Amino acid sequence: MMLKNFKRDAKGFIFEGLTLASALIIIAILVVMLVVIIIGGKSMFNWEFLTTFPTDGMTKGGIFPAIYGTAILVIIMSIAAVPFGTITAIYLTEYAKENSFIARSIRFAVRTLAVIPSIIFGLFGLGFFIKFVGTEMDSVFLGGQLKWGQPNILWASLTMALLTLPVVIVSVEEALKTIPRELREASLALGATKWQTIRKVVLPGSMSGIMTGTILAVSRGAGEVAPILFTGAAYYLATLPGSLSDQFMVLGYHIYIMSTQSANVDQTLPIQFGTTLVLLILTFSLNIVAIILRYRIRRRRIV
Amino acid sequence: MKNLKIHTENMYLHYGSKMALNNISISIPENKVTALIGPSGCGKSTFLRSLNRMNDLIDSVKIEGNIFIDNINIYDKNIDVVNLRKKVGMVFQKSNPFAKSIFENVAYGPRINGINNKTELTEIVEKSLQNAAIWDEVKDRLYDSALGLSGGQQQRLCIARTLAVNPEVILMDEPASALDPLSTAKIEELIVHLKEEYTIVIVTHNMQQAARISDDTAFFYLGELIEFGKTKKIFTNPDKKQTEDYITGRFG
Repeated sequence: MMLKNFKRDAKGFIFEGLTLASALIIIAILVVMLVVIIIGGKSMFNWEFLTTFPTDGMTKGGIFPAIYGTAILVIIMSIAAVPFGTITAIYLTEYAKENSFIARSIRFAVRTLAVIPSIIFGLFGLGFFIKFVGTEMDSVFLGGQLKWGQPNILWASLTMALLTLPVVIVSVEEALKTIPRELREASLALGATKWQTIRKVVLPGSMSGIMTGTILAVSRGAGEVAPILFTGAAYYLATLPGSLSDQFMVLGYHIYIMSTQSANVDQTLPIQFGTTLVLLILTFSLNIVAIILRYRIRRRRIV
Repeated sequence: MKNLKIHTENMYLHYGSKMALNNISISIPENKVTALIGPSGCGKSTFLRSLNRMNDLIDSVKIEGNIFIDNINIYDKNIDVVNLRKKVGMVFQKSNPFAKSIFENVAYGPRINGINNKTELTEIVEKSLQNAAIWDEVKDRLYDSALGLSGGQQQRLCIARTLAVNPEVILMDEPASALDPLSTAKIEELIVHLKEEYTIVIVTHNMQQAARISDDTAFFYLGELIEFGKTKKIFTNPDKKQTEDYITGRFG
């Protein structure tokens, strides 16, 4: 009875090996991905590549307009999504009754928004912002002259803001919930109004969450392509966007164009790798900034 | 009874369909310490939180009957809860300083009342910290985080924060239950000192504490006010058997 059961031991051994193997495969995939991109892109990763325009029919030169466009996109997107999302989250956690119809409806909408495929946001942006809002603006303010009723950086950013809104709402909501009830009560018991309590106790305590939500939204927005395909991203532009009604170039879309639409895909391979590396570094560093911010705000709790 | 500060008439409180306070009528005198005692769940904290309308924050709470402070019905629809809470301050069971500096914790109340003059604020903060018997311990570190203080210091800071709003009544919900004996002694000493200027209502589980610091004691049991009278009498010669059983430790 005390002898080893080899069959049973073998099964256990095989299963353990299987779990380890699948874990290792994940690491391997990541390493291969990073190594390929870094090796392929590192020769391109220089100051000139980052700061110049594409040349020679986009087979040479840099990607500055795509970097610039991506930056403007995420900035306008954040200006729209962060206040809107924060205010919604404040309503949900501070004002709405936990299980009221309206709170449940909003939560349902946020969850649904989060799982809608990004291409559908693009179509929505096209239909709503460009065909409806933009066209109406043109006919009301410009007598039908075409200006806002076409893809541009404003509509693309707002479309992207809609896509990232759930990320902001959920992370701000989580942050607001971490403020203990005792602190809210302490403030109210001192004769503070609800709004004063939110502004002076709840929001300062939630700054790390709001920051984290913003950065996660930005890093998501920087990488997405589908929502801006129809709403503002351009194949190639000789100038930087100078106003909200201009189109713009963007990193993610640039990679797609370079690898599928270029006249000579093999020749543009280094540019593809270089652009991919830049996009990767951008999103990685955003996430690192998010982590550092969180850490610093957690340590420095004096407001 | 001289100088009535708080009194209730036939007050009932329900959490949803559950009755938590049953027909409470009590008269609490000014510039005295009134202790509310009773076993857990007897309604004493609920009663305390009705006096500054903290229970308003709980949706399911329904209150009937009247509560008067200075002969004003605080549940009247014309009462501004914010002003009520400035007049009736509260110190909680768990010390709850804000994640701000010691100075800003005490200055919080004055600031929300629109006092922004630095000299004036400094004066209020110093006076409040002195009255809460913590000034000497923190005067050299006013701009350090309040979260770096010990539990007992934090609780005295919370008292200072309450004093800074200049209330007339201070409600205390087991303010020393999480503290060591030395810190508890300091808080008790402070309470006795504070009654010269303030009316204090304190919930406590600690019977010796109630006996030591209070002038009057109210014994709550199962949502009812069983007995209310001079602390000395309640602890030496109570009228009701339930009170005596509780005080002598036969249940609770």
